Amino acid sequence: MDKAKSGRVLQTAADSSQPLLLTPTEDLKGFLGLHLGRLTLLLITCTSVLAVFLIFLFIAIEAFPFLTKVSLIEFLTSTGWYPESYEKPEFGALALIAGSIYVTIGALVFAVPVGILAAVFLSDIVSFGIRDFVKPVIEILAAVPSVAYGFFAVLVLAPWLQNRFGFATGTNALNASLVLSVMALPTIISVAEDSISAVGRELREGSYSLGATRMETVLRVVIPAAHSGIIAAVVLGMMRAIGETMVVWMASGNASQIPHPWWDLSQSVRTMTATIAGDMGETAKGSDHYRALFAVGLLLLVMTFLLNMVSEYLLARAKKRLGKQ
Amino acid sequence: MKRTICCSLAIVLLLIGSGLAEAAEKTLHVEGSTTVGPIADAFAEAFKKMYPDVTITVNKSGSGTGAAALVDSRCDIATMSRAMKEKEYKDAVGKGVFPFGHVVAMDGVCVIVHPSNPVSELTSAQVQDIYLGKVTNWKQLGGPDMKIIPVSRDTASGTYDTFDHFVMKQQKMAGHVEYVSTNPQAFARVKTTQGAIAYVGFGFVRRGVKAVNLDGVVPTRDTILSGQYPVSRPLFMYTNGYPPLGSIVQKFVSFHLTEKGQALVEEAGFVPVTRY
Repeated sequence: MDKAKSGRVLQTAADSSQPLLLTPTEDLKGFLGLHLGRLTLLLITCTSVLAVFLIFLFIAIEAFPFLTKVSLIEFLTSTGWYPESYEKPEFGALALIAGSIYVTIGALVFAVPVGILAAVFLSDIVSFGIRDFVKPVIEILAAVPSVAYGFFAVLVLAPWLQNRFGFATGTNALNASLVLSVMALPTIISVAEDSISAVGRELREGSYSLGATRMETVLRVVIPAAHSGIIAAVVLGMMRAIGETMVVWMASGNASQIPHPWWDLSQSVRTMTATIAGDMGETAKGSDHYRALFAVGLLLLVMTFLLNMVSEYLLARAKKRLGKQ
Repeated sequence: MKRTICCSLAIVLLLIGSGLAEAAEKTLHVEGSTTVGPIADAFAEAFKKMYPDVTITVNKSGSGTGAAALVDSRCDIATMSRAMKEKEYKDAVGKGVFPFGHVVAMDGVCVIVHPSNPVSELTSAQVQDIYLGKVTNWKQLGGPDMKIIPVSRDTASGTYDTFDHFVMKQQKMAGHVEYVSTNPQAFARVKTTQGAIAYVGFGFVRRGVKAVNLDGVVPTRDTILSGQYPVSRPLFMYTNGYPPLGSIVQKFVSFHLTEKGQALVEEAGFVPVTRY
C-alpha cells in the first residue's frame, strides 16, 4: 500500500472495502480546479465571440456622435458624398450602398451558376482522378492576393472592356463584378462540391435504380438533397464579395453615383468598403468625416449580419423540410 | 536530446542578440505624399551609399496620411505636396510636435489627356466645368465625339488639394468623377482610356499621355518656378522642429540644397529650387 504525502494511507482502486475520505484542502482544491478549469476554457472559447462583439461595440461608439448629429434619413437616402467640402459637407451614403449592392449582385450573377455547375461537374460527372487534381487547383485560386486581382482588373481587364465593348470607361461596375465573381468562385465551388459529394451513394443509386437519367438524378435528387450546403456556399461567396476592398477600390472607378439607367453596369460605382479604405488615411481623428466613415462601417456590419441571419433562417427551413421527409 | 535543446537555445539567443544590435542602429522613417515619393526614394537611394548603416524606409500613402503620422510621432519626416492645414498644426502642437516645413522642390499639377486626343489647350474654367459635370463630351471643346471621363485623386492627396484650391475653387466635383489613389494610377487610367482626363504632378507627365496647356501656359520648368503656370506649388518635407544639425534627418531634409540633390530632383521630373 502506498503512503501519500499527507501521511494518510491511500487505498488502491481494487481495494474498495474502506471509503475514500478527502481532507477539506483536497476537496477545496478539487472544487476550484474543476470550476477554474472550466472557466478558463469557457473564456478561451468566448474570445472569438467577444472579438466580434467588441468590434461591433467600438464601431458603434465611434459612429454614434455622427448618427445623432446628422439625420439618419439624410444619411441613408441622399446621394451626395462630399465629406471634405468647405461650405456644406454632405454625407449621403445611398450611392455607396447602391454601389456595394450592384457589385455584389453582379458578382453573384456570374459566380453562382458557374460555381454550382462546376461543383456538380466535379462531383457527379468527372472521374475521381480528375476531380482530385482539379479541386486543389481551384482552391489555389482562393490564395491569390486581392491586390493582384486589382492590378489585373485595372491594367488588363479595363482596356479590354473599353476596346471590345466600346465602353467609355473600363473601370466600372461590370469590371468589379467580373473580378469579384472570380474571387468568390473557389469558395462557392469548394463548399458546394463538398456538400454535394456528402449526399452519398445511396441516394444516387436509389435514383438510378428507379430509372432516372443522370440529369434527372442531379437536378431532382442530388441538388435538392444538398440544398443547405449549396445555400451556405452561395452565402459564403456573397460575404467574400461584399467585404472585398482592394479590388473594388482599383476596379470600380469610385464615382459616387448611382448608374443613370439603373441597369447600365458600364458606369463607374463606389462601394462602402472602398470609401472607408480610400478616405480613412486623410481624415483628422474625431472629425465629422472620421465619424461618418465609422457610420458607413457600422452600416456594412449591419448589412452583413442581416445577410447572415437571412441565410441561417433559410438553412434552418431547408433542414426542417428535409428532416420532415 | 539535452544537447540539442542547449544548442538550439544558444542559436536562438545569438539571433535575438544580433537582431537587437541591428535595431540599435539608426533608422529613418519617411511617410506621406505619392508626389514627393520619388524624390524621397531617390534621396534614400543616395543615402544608402553615403551612410550605409542607416535604414531609410519611405512610405507613400498621401499627404494627409503623412501629416497624421508626423502628428502621432510615427515618422521622422512627413513628405507633403501641400502645406499643413490649420487642424493638423493644432493637433500637432497639442501633442508636442512642432511641424517645420522645408521646401525641397517646386511642382506643377498638369492636366493630362490621352495622346490621341487632339485637344491641347484648355482654360481653368473649362477644366472646372469638366469636373463639375457641366461639360460632358469632348466635342464641346473641339475634340472628337467621345464622353469625357474625369479622373481625380482621392481626398487624402495633396495633388487633389492643390487642384481643388486652384482650379475647382472648392466647388464639389460631379458624381460621375472617378477616383484613384495614386499618381501612377491616374497616369495608367489616362494612358489606357481615350476619353479620360486627369491631373498629375509634373514628374508623372511621361510618354503615353499628353499634358495640355492651361490658360495658354505650357507646363515647363521655368513657368512652374516663376509661378506663371497657374497650378504651381511647393513640395514640402515636414519635420518636428528644425532637426539637430548634423543628424541624419537634417542631412536628408537639406539634401536638395546640394548639387547631387538638385540632380536627383531634376531626374525625378520636378523643378529644383537651386540653380547650380
